[in-house]
Amino acid sequence: MPAHHQSLTWSKNMSEHHKSQGKRLARRESALKKADPRLKIIAVVVWSFLLALTEQIGAAMAGLAGSVILAMISGLPAKDILKRLLTVNFFILFLWLVLPFSFSYPGEVMARLGPLEITRQGLRLTCLLTIKGNAVALGAIAFFGASSVFELTAAARRLGAPEKMTAIFVLMFRYVQVIGQECARLRLAMKARGFKPSMSMHSYRSYANLIGMILIRSLDRASRIHAAMRCRGYNGRFWLSGEFNFKKIDWALGSLMILLICGVLAFAFV
Amino acid sequence: MPSSESLIALKNIDFSYPDGRRVFSDLNLIFRDGQKAGLAGLNGCGKTTLLSVIMGLLYPQRGEVEIFGRARREEKDFKEIRAQMGFVFQDANDQLFCPTVADDIAFGPLNLGASRKEADLIVEKTLALLRLEGFGPRVTYDLSGGEKKLVSIGTALALNPRLLILDEPTTSLDEKTVARLEQILNDCGLPYIIASHDRSFLARTTHLVWTMTEGRLVEG
Repeated sequence: MPAHHQSLTWSKNMSEHHKSQGKRLARRESALKKADPRLKIIAVVVWSFLLALTEQIGAAMAGLAGSVILAMISGLPAKDILKRLLTVNFFILFLWLVLPFSFSYPGEVMARLGPLEITRQGLRLTCLLTIKGNAVALGAIAFFGASSVFELTAAARRLGAPEKMTAIFVLMFRYVQVIGQECARLRLAMKARGFKPSMSMHSYRSYANLIGMILIRSLDRASRIHAAMRCRGYNGRFWLSGEFNFKKIDWALGSLMILLICGVLAFAFV
Repeated sequence: MPSSESLIALKNIDFSYPDGRRVFSDLNLIFRDGQKAGLAGLNGCGKTTLLSVIMGLLYPQRGEVEIFGRARREEKDFKEIRAQMGFVFQDANDQLFCPTVADDIAFGPLNLGASRKEADLIVEKTLALLRLEGFGPRVTYDLSGGEKKLVSIGTALALNPRLLILDEPTTSLDEKTVARLEQILNDCGLPYIIASHDRSFLARTTHLVWTMTEGRLVEG
């Protein structure tokens, strides 16, 4: 049985808006979507480590170019990719607030910004981290954005990820949605009885009750799920289907990755 | 001699919850091979609790649980026979925990030692019985409520059980799905116990009905 999951992406557990977006992302049949998920995992790990260890601006730029190529063949809409990159760059913004200045990175002073001194070494490091961060994130988005979570989990299991970890991951993913719906229903019920959030003790108490109720219900549900699993002979093995085979497209993708890696290494050492 | 082998026999069962609430006192039940039985009663009268006692998910304080002709007292006793009693939980979301329909139906058979190939065959056969051909790769949480219920019955049928036990199977199903459910129960040819407060559904699907009143079962 092929591990072919319909229209499922990692954004599934987010809001409805994201959900429909995710469905749209995964439906496109790009080369990266069709590739063997095991290859995708290995490619992302190798690519990320390679870029993370890069110390030359040139090599990092080459890596970023490689990631852009991967993003282009991923078939994901540019708008969605940029949205995700924006989140990453929000964190990188904090680096720019601190790192280029002499108080955090002493060195040769290039310019002054009021009382602050910008150092050449600090600026270089910030640029390097920005490029590397974007390159790694873009590569991961390109590979994982075009896969279903369960496909990737099954592949990770096949690659030797611990059974417990994959089981926890699959169950979490399955029930985040169910618990989310429960939470939405409870909130709706609160609204239906005229609840308006405000800065009052009543509001805080109501929210505390809501959270408590969700925790209790989740605990109850967990024990019912466990009972249901035991009723079907559960004995610690968590089965994930998915036969993977290396296809032509995987050879092509593998070759492309080797080329990109060689490119980055060439910039790093030449 | 009984007319046919008793699959389940509960003898003088007492059960109370940890908070002291008494649910059964001196409850008796005999369920024989070939029977189609209903378990009726008001909300909260202990139908689910009774089914949990049968499945060995809860233990009575007194009395004997005998399943397939042997007394069952501890987890070890139940573990070997639980999968032979296809139990369908009230909430399909509790029963279906795998990514896809095929994964969920294959879960039981794989636990029981089937090879991947055999499990795939069972999945196909089960989906055919449910008339849900082609549903294998569907993601379970994208199914409608009715489809979820049918698939969760499929996960029980895939165990190749000696009987089925269904807890409130008609809850929040539309008439069309209820009709399909009746068809499946009729087609599977297994003896079953259905807990339900829906008397008319029980009248259509079962031959005898026990009613739970004051911690005991009364026929009719």
